[in-house]
Parts: sequence; structure tokens; C-alpha cells
Amino acid sequence: MAQKRRTKGPGPSQGEDLAADEDFAPTPSASQVQRSLERLSPAQVDQKVSELVQYLLVKDQKKIPIKRADILKNVIKDYRSVYSEIIKRAGRTLQQVFGLQLVEIDPKHHIYILVSNLPRLEVENLKQDDCTAKLGLLTVILSFLFMKGNAAKESAVWEMLRRLRVDPGVRHEVFGDVKKLVTEEFVRQKYLEYNRIPHTDPPEFEFQWGARAAKETSKMQILRFVAKIQNKDPRAWSTQYTEAAAEEAAGGDLFQDISTPGDTGGASQGARRRTR
Amino acid sequence: MATQMTDGHRRFLQVLMSHGIMEGSVARTLHRDCCEIHKVYYAHDKLDDFINVVNIHLQPFFMQIRKGMSEDDGRTYYALVNLAETEITKMASDYTENELELFRKTIFFFLQMDVIIISESGFASSTDILNLADQLKTKKMKKKEAEQVLQNLVQDKWLSERDGEYTLHTRCIMEMEQYILSNYQDLVRKCNICHSLAIQSQVCETCGIGMHLPCAGKYFKAQTEPHCPHCNEFWPHEIPEINRPDSQLPSSAPRERRRTPSSGTRRR
Repeated sequence: MAQKRRTKGPGPSQGEDLAADEDFAPTPSASQVQRSLERLSPAQVDQKVSELVQYLLVKDQKKIPIKRADILKNVIKDYRSVYSEIIKRAGRTLQQVFGLQLVEIDPKHHIYILVSNLPRLEVENLKQDDCTAKLGLLTVILSFLFMKGNAAKESAVWEMLRRLRVDPGVRHEVFGDVKKLVTEEFVRQKYLEYNRIPHTDPPEFEFQWGARAAKETSKMQILRFVAKIQNKDPRAWSTQYTEAAAEEAAGGDLFQDISTPGDTGGASQGARRRTR
Repeated sequence: MATQMTDGHRRFLQVLMSHGIMEGSVARTLHRDCCEIHKVYYAHDKLDDFINVVNIHLQPFFMQIRKGMSEDDGRTYYALVNLAETEITKMASDYTENELELFRKTIFFFLQMDVIIISESGFASSTDILNLADQLKTKKMKKKEAEQVLQNLVQDKWLSERDGEYTLHTRCIMEMEQYILSNYQDLVRKCNICHSLAIQSQVCETCGIGMHLPCAGKYFKAQTEPHCPHCNEFWPHEIPEINRPDSQLPSSAPRERRRTPSSGTRRR
């Protein structure tokens, strides 16, 4: 059972699959960490915390999830014994200064992203450039997926986009290689999941929401978006509304069960229906 | 306590971080909106104080929100800059060592250009830069690769491009000012009016002092016979028109410059 790493929680996390991470020695106990800390000067530890904060900010700028292995290799280095303390403090600093939360989206492989802690606004002051256009495209795809029962075949997504004059086979004036953007960039950034449908030959693929999408928006927000476009009340879609409301009620921690790609777990989010 | 970070400060910082650089009026609007949303004390003329609060908290990370001026239009810009080039920022950087070398050579080229040509250019053609790619120490860069690096540098706002010519982006100048001033002391020109680093400049052909174009525009405004403030010789260049900043947006139509309306201006 995976546990989301909270920045306010105790230093060492329980339930980590250490076998998956050869680089990392057995998790030191809280008292061991404390003893290691005492041997280092506060300035040294502070320096490492600062370096980690800078590293996380720079890495996250490209929206590429950050691996713990890279953090250890590039930043922590000889301070492994107090890694848990360093990352705890870095998380706290990110919240206090930047309003960003360090979220572990994959507790098995220890992968992190930064998410804004600040209340989401209706209209964000976004960069008016290709970034906004890409987010618009992504929102459309996420909406489609949700309305289709949280997953849709690749072919269905392309057909939907074609109707909006965004053709994966044709170079788009704003998005360029649409197929690459959707199946590679959005997937790498964890906005979408692109999984092979088992027992299909030739292999077929389907899209689902990615871990970052689940963190940065919500089913209710997406449903409201769809409702707004179609000029209806969100309750007009009773099934989706119920699902979105349930997600809201569950509140805060949307990551009770983090599934690795392909895993059909995550039952806490309600039944996931698939259309084939 | 007046130095506490509030959500208003944090939102401002997040938005600025995602833009990288922001024009003054946009920053002021953002300041107002952030304070309004999070019910934080707001005074329209206290943006710099607001930013100082953020900067105090950014100190340990060698980051700072800096205020600078665009060499193109003289407008104020705010940018979030990295003050120290530590191993962390280098490794996490989007560019390979080879690409960074090309970039450093390009900076050197801009600085050097001025000494040789004594013009107000500050722009380099893509050919100039591609030639530099040929001279890289570690590994020569093929033309196609160099072109891609150039594109990336423009997209990331290190260089700005207009009509196939390149110059250092305001954001780059703001971020690298310290680096350039310390590493290229002998080559750099500082503006005689505002004393900041000047990449694009007008230069007095007699005594060699230089000025940013917007600074020259302001200094010589409405003077019928502009003279060098240092050696008093005639100022031989067209004085930039600065009254209408929207006519001088970077990377749009070629810069328009009206001649100073006078009978006495002589140009060599």
C-alpha cells in the first residue's frame, strides 16, 4: 500500500519498497537521522536544502517528473544519511516561499512533481503563448476522456480532435506534430497515460488521465468546463456529476492507491467504466 | 510583520516564474490582482517594496527578482534571475556543455563587436553565430544543430530575434550582467547615462563613451544640437524617438526612428 509523501509527515516514510531502489541503503531510523544531523554543521545542511530547492525548481520548470535517484546523485551526494531531513525541509521551504507542494506521484519508483498550493482560480494569469494553447488542447482531451468514462481509445481521441480541425496526421500551425505532443510530451509530463489495450492485435492504445492532471485539476472542474461550453447545468450528466462530487467529497488526498501504468487499481476513485 | 510572505507574494512569484520576464505594467497589474485575490495590503506605488519581501526570502537560493530596462524600448522589466552559476543550475540546465559554450561565445561576440565596429548595432546575423559554432573547442557543432540551439535560445528568451538578426534578450542581460561585468571587464561598455551594461549602444566617435538608445533618446530629447556629454563633440547619431513606446516593440517591425527636427544637426 503506497503512502503519499507529505512534507509535514515524519522523516522516514513507512511502506517504501526499498527493494526497488538499489541505490538507497535501508531507511535510517529517525534517531539515526538525528545523530547524523548532529554531526553536520547547520550551515552544511542548509546549503544542501537550498541546492535541493533550486534543483527541484529548475527541473520542474520543464514539467518533467523528478526521480529520487537523480536527486541523490546530483544534489544529496554524501549527505544521504540525512536525506529524509533535507527533503522534508526543502518541501517546507517550497511551501513557505513559493506556495508549491512537493508531491510524490509514484511511491514505488520515487518520482516527484511540484504542484501549486494556492487556491485555484477561475481564470489564471497564464502566458498567452503556445503554452496556453497546449493547455487548452489538453483540457479538451481530459474532458473527452472523463465524459467517456475515464478512458478512451486512441482512435476515438484522434477522431474527436479531427472534428476540431486538429489532425494528428497533419502538421498543425500551433501544435506542430500533434501525435508527438499528445502521445509523448503530455505523457512524459504525466498529464496523460497512454496504455496498450491487452489482447489487441494489431496493438491498440487508450488514453487516461495522468497523475499530474489529477493533481492540477479535478473531475468537477472539468465537468464545469464541459457544462459551460454546452451551456447546460453540470447536473445534466448525472453519472459524471455523481462521480465528480464523490471525488470532491473524498477531498485532499486523491492518491490513496497509486497505480502504476496499466494497473486497474485505484478503486477508491469510484468505478471506472471503459468504453471500447 | 511587514516582511512576511503571503499567498499574494507567492502567487506573484509563481506567475513571474512561469513567465521568466515580465513588462512593468503587466507586473503592476499582477501585483494588484495578487493582493486583491488574497486580501493582502496593497498600495499601487509599492510594487518594489512588495518585491523586496519576496527577495528577502529568495536570498538563500541565490535567486532574485530584478528590475531592468529593455535596450530596445527603454521599458522597465522584472525578471527572476539566478545569481550564482552553481553546479546545480548548470547540471539542471536545458543545454549541454557544448551548447553553453556556443552561447558564451555568442555573448563574447556581441561584446567584441562593438569594439571593432564602433556602431550601434548589437545585433548579429545568424551567419555570424553559425560561424562561431565552427570554432567550438570541445566539439564542432553542425550547422543544423546550431540552428536548433539558436531557436531554443530564442524560445527560452536568452536571445531575441528580429528579421533574422539576433541580440541578447533583456532577460539574458539582466541575468548575466554580473557574469559579463566580471568576466569581460575590458570589453564591456557601460551606459554613460544609467551606468548599466550596454550591449546595443550609440557611441561617441571622438571619446568612445556609449549610451543605451533609450537613454540617448531621453538625454537628448528636444535638443536641437546634441553634443556628447563627455567631450562635447557633436553627437553623430540619429536620436531615437521615445515618446511613443508602442512604436518600438521588440521583434516587431523594424525600429522607426525620426530624425530630430532641426536645422543644425550634422551627421558624419
